[in-house]
Amino acid sequence: MEALATVATLLAVGVLAIVVISVSLRGAGALSWDFFTQPQALFGQPGGGIANALIGTALLVLLATAMALPVGVLTAVYLTEFAPKRIRVPIQVVLDVLAGLPTIVIGIFVYALLVIGHTQSGYAVAFALAVIMLPLIARATQEVLLLVPSTLREASLALGVRRWRIVLGVILPSTVGGILTGTVLAIARAAGDTAPLLFTSSIFANSVQTDVTKALPNIPVLIFTYSEQPDPALHEQAWAAALVLMAFVLIASLAAKGLLAQSRRRLGR
Amino acid sequence: MTAVFTMAPVIDVAQARRGAGPVQREAVFDIQGLTVSYGRLTAVSDVGLEIYRNLITAVIGPSGCGKSTFIRCLNRMNDLVPGARVEGQILYHGGDLYASGIDPVEVRRRIGMVFQKANPFPKSIYDNVAWGPRVLGMKKDLDERVERALRDAALWEEVKDRLKKNALSLSGGQQQRLCIARAIAVEPEVLLLDEPASALDPIATSAIEELMHELKRDYTLVIVTHNMQQAARVADLTAFFSLEVDGARRSGVLVEYDATEKIFTNPTDKRTEDYVTGRFG
Repeated sequence: MEALATVATLLAVGVLAIVVISVSLRGAGALSWDFFTQPQALFGQPGGGIANALIGTALLVLLATAMALPVGVLTAVYLTEFAPKRIRVPIQVVLDVLAGLPTIVIGIFVYALLVIGHTQSGYAVAFALAVIMLPLIARATQEVLLLVPSTLREASLALGVRRWRIVLGVILPSTVGGILTGTVLAIARAAGDTAPLLFTSSIFANSVQTDVTKALPNIPVLIFTYSEQPDPALHEQAWAAALVLMAFVLIASLAAKGLLAQSRRRLGR
Repeated sequence: MTAVFTMAPVIDVAQARRGAGPVQREAVFDIQGLTVSYGRLTAVSDVGLEIYRNLITAVIGPSGCGKSTFIRCLNRMNDLVPGARVEGQILYHGGDLYASGIDPVEVRRRIGMVFQKANPFPKSIYDNVAWGPRVLGMKKDLDERVERALRDAALWEEVKDRLKKNALSLSGGQQQRLCIARAIAVEPEVLLLDEPASALDPIATSAIEELMHELKRDYTLVIVTHNMQQAARVADLTAFFSLEVDGARRSGVLVEYDATEKIFTNPTDKRTEDYVTGRFG
């Protein structure tokens, strides 16, 4: 039994290792200063980088975070601090369902809602990504709010302070690290998500763009389109972009772990 | 048999001890027929007593006799326990604490509480004390207020050079005194202490007890303790609670309430005598 479990674990770790190694091997060759600083090359021309897609993805994720973070945190605050049990439990189920929803479903929903009759836009992408991030942030925040010892709530209530002030003054400040952890993980997830972007931001110019009312170049769609091109140089660039994305997720996860550890220390746990 | 013990304490004994003369003490709390239940369990049943201004009233008794439940009714902390039901009357300066128009938040502002386990906020020492006054709009001379609260809690000398340090870096006894400073920084009238020294070593405990003697000049104190010596040392009046078992029903009842000296040397009730002489509990 132990041997079997060990093998299974090795397999799980092995899969990640294989993915990391193969993406690195195929993509590393295309990495260069220009790759990060130059926009995509015009059709048929050699060279070029992914600067426009990097900037686009950063903008989209930033916008999505700005939408999802406050709503997610407030949802978690409502669930842990105010909601009676008969409301809390069903809402948690809804959040879990939302978190498990295939992102292509969210993509086509946003497509129907915001793109048809208008145009593809950064707003539409951000909204779709925010829908993906919302349950992740809410659930992660809820977990860390539950870590706050009830003695802290009692202590602040015994001072004769209103509940919302306790949330703002004691509970949220002692959980900032944990909330950021959840947010960083949600960002890592959203940054690489592709399905909604195919609907909402797949037709864009090969230059740096920052106008969020239009479709923005982005990493996932760039990887997708490059991988379908006949040019092997573009294939290599697609692998390199995938490597960049992967490195970002890896770093984000490590940062999240550090933030969580710091948050637990603050709470003395 | 469920006896009803609603008795007036022999208050002049306490006053004689203090050498205060025959001054009429003002009752801060007048509690009548207090029964608290959690769902179908009755925690305390038909308690009646008065708590007097600028005295230390101790509540003693064996585990499970409803001491904590009782004290938590005095600032409506029991409101937060789902299923808790409070019957009877708690008059605070003549007004019913549980009347429909009463805001429990306002009640807790005037009646502070210190808990069994020190529970400082994960903030700096300064902010632990300053947070309450700040959010309650007492922002004027905040530094002085913080210093005064820390001095009154006998902690100032130990922390004045590291006010910006995290409160969790203090020792257990210091944390508990910080919690007392935090509670008195918002200037309550009454301070409820729920076994404030039960987690502390003897030195820290005696620091807290000394502090209580200082505090009673300005505050009315109610302390729950399962340490009889502590009650004997600090309290002017002592209420002895016990557990009444009537078939399957068990509930805490007030057995005897009197001057501390009388409770410990010449109690009226046999059960009190058994408890204070260590025959049970």
